[in-house]
Amino acid sequence: MSDAPVHGLTTRGLNLWYGTFQALLDVNLEIPHGRITSMIGPSGCGKTTLLRCFNRVNERYGYVKTTGEIRILGKNIYDPDVSLIELRKSVGMVFQRPNPLPLSVYENVVFGLRIHEPGGRPGRGELDAAVEKALGEVGLWKDLKDRLQVRATTLQLEQQQKLCIARLLPLKPEVILMDEPCSALDVGGTRAIEDLMFELRGRYTILIVTHNMSQARRASDECVFMLLGRVIEHRRTEDLFLTPSDPRTAEYIEGRYG
Amino acid sequence: MAERRNGMEMVAEKAIELLIRICGISAIVFVFGIFFFVFREGAPALAKIDLGEFLTGGKWIPTSHQPRYGVGALIVGTLSVTAVAMAIAVPFGLGAAVFVSEFCGRRTRETLKIVIELLAAIPSVVWGFIGLSVMSPLLIHGFHVPVGVNLFNGAILLALMSVPIMVSIGEDALKAVPDSYREAALALGATRWQTVWRVLVPAARNGLLAAVLLGVGRAIGETMAVLMATGHSIRIPETLFDPVCTLTATIAAELGETSKGSTHYQVLFLIGVLLFSITFVVNLAADLVVKGIRKR
Ligand SMILES: Nc1ncnc2c1ncn2[C@@H]1O[C@H](COP(=O)(O)OP(=O)(O)OP(=O)(O)O)[C@@H](O)[C@H]1O
Ligand SMILES: [Mg+2]
Repeated sequence: MSDAPVHGLTTRGLNLWYGTFQALLDVNLEIPHGRITSMIGPSGCGKTTLLRCFNRVNERYGYVKTTGEIRILGKNIYDPDVSLIELRKSVGMVFQRPNPLPLSVYENVVFGLRIHEPGGRPGRGELDAAVEKALGEVGLWKDLKDRLQVRATTLQLEQQQKLCIARLLPLKPEVILMDEPCSALDVGGTRAIEDLMFELRGRYTILIVTHNMSQARRASDECVFMLLGRVIEHRRTEDLFLTPSDPRTAEYIEGRYG
Repeated sequence: MAERRNGMEMVAEKAIELLIRICGISAIVFVFGIFFFVFREGAPALAKIDLGEFLTGGKWIPTSHQPRYGVGALIVGTLSVTAVAMAIAVPFGLGAAVFVSEFCGRRTRETLKIVIELLAAIPSVVWGFIGLSVMSPLLIHGFHVPVGVNLFNGAILLALMSVPIMVSIGEDALKAVPDSYREAALALGATRWQTVWRVLVPAARNGLLAAVLLGVGRAIGETMAVLMATGHSIRIPETLFDPVCTLTATIAAELGETSKGSTHYQVLFLIGVLLFSITFVVNLAADLVVKGIRKR
């Protein structure tokens, strides 16, 4: 790769309607690869909606209409030759409420490998190695290595959320989307997830929605401020918080609304 | 004044509560009452016949001079028709449940549900009629068998009759799976089919099992359709196209011809007790399985 800044995600003129309600208006963004970018904004401003555009899960609802362009590492994801399956392999998503599948810890981690079967049906050894590696990367291996057959839904919430991140890794995603990944967790859990994000930083384009401004400040390189379906400001996190260029941003980070 | 009103309200409240309680308890009373009545009619036979022979004996000749009361062939008849019916109904019923709940649009879903409910509303005698007049010639021509009213005919009818309950219970079970599981699987790149197979079916396993068991219960208890469509010939079937006879059909066909209090009469009631026990066990199993879901 060249030295020019690589953009993990770019959108151009992105609009989205839920039925007749327009939830995103002319969103233009360039999210750098290998960095952590946070998205902040008051409730209902379209953060989740935007995030769900990037892996096209919004399209589950028949009444959603999108126009504009989204590129992931240069490739337009709305091109007709893009396979949804490949797209979702390379764009992982972590949800607001931890949602491990109602299967064992082991099966959660290898779920992606099983459904995609890269290079034929994966062998036992390959799967075992993938589980150890993925759980190792999220810091769960030590705790769970003897409990791999436990039902994942019985773990503590923090462990569940880490597992939800771990299960993305065997698919070698380019982008990891996180929608308020810590909102169901306590302080310790939040800290652990943030530490984990720093561990993963550099290899993935990480985009995290958060309601928590100090989290955005602590944990992100760049920050996007959204309001009523529009991107108001997108700058380096430090700059956005110290010298916001738009008065609405200033008002929001000062806590006047939200 | 206010006090009096309060008093009246209290009484009304109590009365309504009592009424509701009676309604609730009456179900239990009815079930036990029916069981008791059926058992009372059948019990004297226990003294006259050998229970072992009754349950396992292959000979059912209640009207000869030396009557034999073995319902082994009838049990085999009931079980074989039910088993074949389930072999047809389970894939269709659960498949339809998956389709209705996961794959089709709203319109199709509503239409399908109405049609399926209609299927459930067809009286069993009409099913029997279809078995006699439609299925039977079809089987004779299609499979070149001498008799069209046989095990397979009855099983197809039973399958059609138990599919609706499987679809509706199965769909409920799938609908009860949290949407977050679907999103998790889809976001990992699973196809809809993979989501169903690897996530939803395991998650809804108990509900789907309950759906199957309720279907089984429906099939075991069915009388009129099997009486008309199975050929009602008492023997242990050897092929799919042999006529058979079931426990229910035997009661229906013979009870009217016995005199009250005769051994034959009593044994028919004993068969009723047997049926009652079988469906009770099946329903209980379904219940326990459903409880299992709730607990989780
Ligand atoms: N499935 C949907 N159907 C219709 N409207 C929706 C749907 N999802 C979201 N919306 C609407 O779109 C707008 C943006 O919602 P979105 O969930 O993206 O906001 P958000 O920024 O994530 O809010 P929060 O901070 O509360 O999570 C809201 O007005 C919401 O009511
Ligand atoms: Mg949201």
